[in-house]
Amino acid sequence: MINVIEVRHLEKSFGDHQVLKDIDLSAGQGEVICIIGASGSGKSTLLRCINLLETPSGGEVLFHGKNIQSPGFSLSKYRAKVGMVFQQFNLFNNMTALANCVAGQVKVLGKNRSDAEKTARSYLDKVGMSQFTDARPHQLSGGQKQRVAIARALSMDPEVLLFDEPTSALDPEMVGEVLKVMRGLATTGLTMLVVTHEMAFAREVAQRVCFMDGGVILEQDSPEVIFGSPKHSRTREFLARILEK
Amino acid sequence: MPQSFWGGVVYIAEKYSGLFLSGAVNTLLLALVGTIAGFLIGLVIAIVRTIPVRPTDSIFKRVGLKLLRGLFITYIELFRSTPMMVQAMVIYYGVFPSVSADYALYVGMFIISINTGAYMAEIVRGGVISVDNGQNEGALSIGMTHWQSMTSVVLPQAIRNIMPSIGNEFVVNIKDSSVLSVISVAEVFFTAKSAAGTYMRIFESFVIACAVYFVMTFTITRLLLYLEKRMDGPKNYTIHGSQTVLQAQIKVTEEAEK
Repeated sequence: MINVIEVRHLEKSFGDHQVLKDIDLSAGQGEVICIIGASGSGKSTLLRCINLLETPSGGEVLFHGKNIQSPGFSLSKYRAKVGMVFQQFNLFNNMTALANCVAGQVKVLGKNRSDAEKTARSYLDKVGMSQFTDARPHQLSGGQKQRVAIARALSMDPEVLLFDEPTSALDPEMVGEVLKVMRGLATTGLTMLVVTHEMAFAREVAQRVCFMDGGVILEQDSPEVIFGSPKHSRTREFLARILEK
Repeated sequence: MPQSFWGGVVYIAEKYSGLFLSGAVNTLLLALVGTIAGFLIGLVIAIVRTIPVRPTDSIFKRVGLKLLRGLFITYIELFRSTPMMVQAMVIYYGVFPSVSADYALYVGMFIISINTGAYMAEIVRGGVISVDNGQNEGALSIGMTHWQSMTSVVLPQAIRNIMPSIGNEFVVNIKDSSVLSVISVAEVFFTAKSAAGTYMRIFESFVIACAVYFVMTFTITRLLLYLEKRMDGPKNYTIHGSQTVLQAQIKVTEEAEK
């Protein structure tokens, strides 16, 4: 079976600073992969390279076996299939929660407005935000914004969702509501790549955990192995540090 | 003709009321067309200047964009670095030498539009910079193209942010359209000058011009403030299907702002 997402020898440099060095990663259909590691280890850059918000300096990213940078590849269609949830939410500030979820369906997928609204409402309901369809982003709390952002990504009917530290900008009491939504998604057959510092979530939900350090994936394995008996000393140190808190 | 100052003002205002009125209409037309056309020029330039270029793009696209950008910068610098009065002389007598004086107003509209466009391009660019890049990334991440992201997400927010500057440009245009009198566009300044010449009363004529300009600019600024408030949208939103109240409403009190 062809992997949904396959990253091969991916490299990314900002000037002289090489952030990603020879990354190989593949995600099968419905797989939930958590990417952990210290700040600056390249986790976010990896996700941003996967949907080309950053242009890789080397290597390739394949979607169903097709290089996403090959000429003639529709980036717009690809991004509609591979959604992203950001640390800073990035909801459209000039639109209501509902309009946020409708805009992409109408403009990118070419759906008619009433169908799009129906889809948007059902996903807003799924993330527990159906009461707030008319609210604008600045009227919502962080956790509510992030749930709308997830609904917006889901409204595009994606195959893959990339989560870039979705709970890192939230107050502690709001982390739970977002993780709950993500737990629910993990069992729906959606392929998920989650960059996170929530170790309990990674242990419970992920099928595979990747530990990144210094721009490489140092080790990837099942959560039992990574959290139970990691091979690398760097992984052990990182986990010891983060689990201490 | 009365000898007193106020008597003179009233006399000239009465005699020249029709001409001052049509002068005011021309001034407003110039400012309105100049601001709107200039704004559209600014928008187009902002969209083109922000098109992302990837190393994988075709050579045609990369070179084309570079040329276009060079052209825009030349245009902006050229028109910001020369006075509109001089531009008017050069364009009217140089580019449209065969256009009769009857059409001076249209040439005036053209001049004020491209002059404003040069400033607007920079104002809109400032507006785009003021919108967090995350907004654009959010739009791209669901598959929107650069054009879609700009028109439905970034520019609506940028335009809201630059409304005060657009208002400034409008007011400046109402007043600066007076320099178009050098190509004999019959706007307010031109009318005042001819009134002053007819009655040999310069002070009185231009006091009337002052009043006409003031009324126009003051009204326009009030209208623009109202427009800004409209753009901000409602301060309340409805919570749907709340369990205790069917239609609960959260209201932000307006007093707090005053």
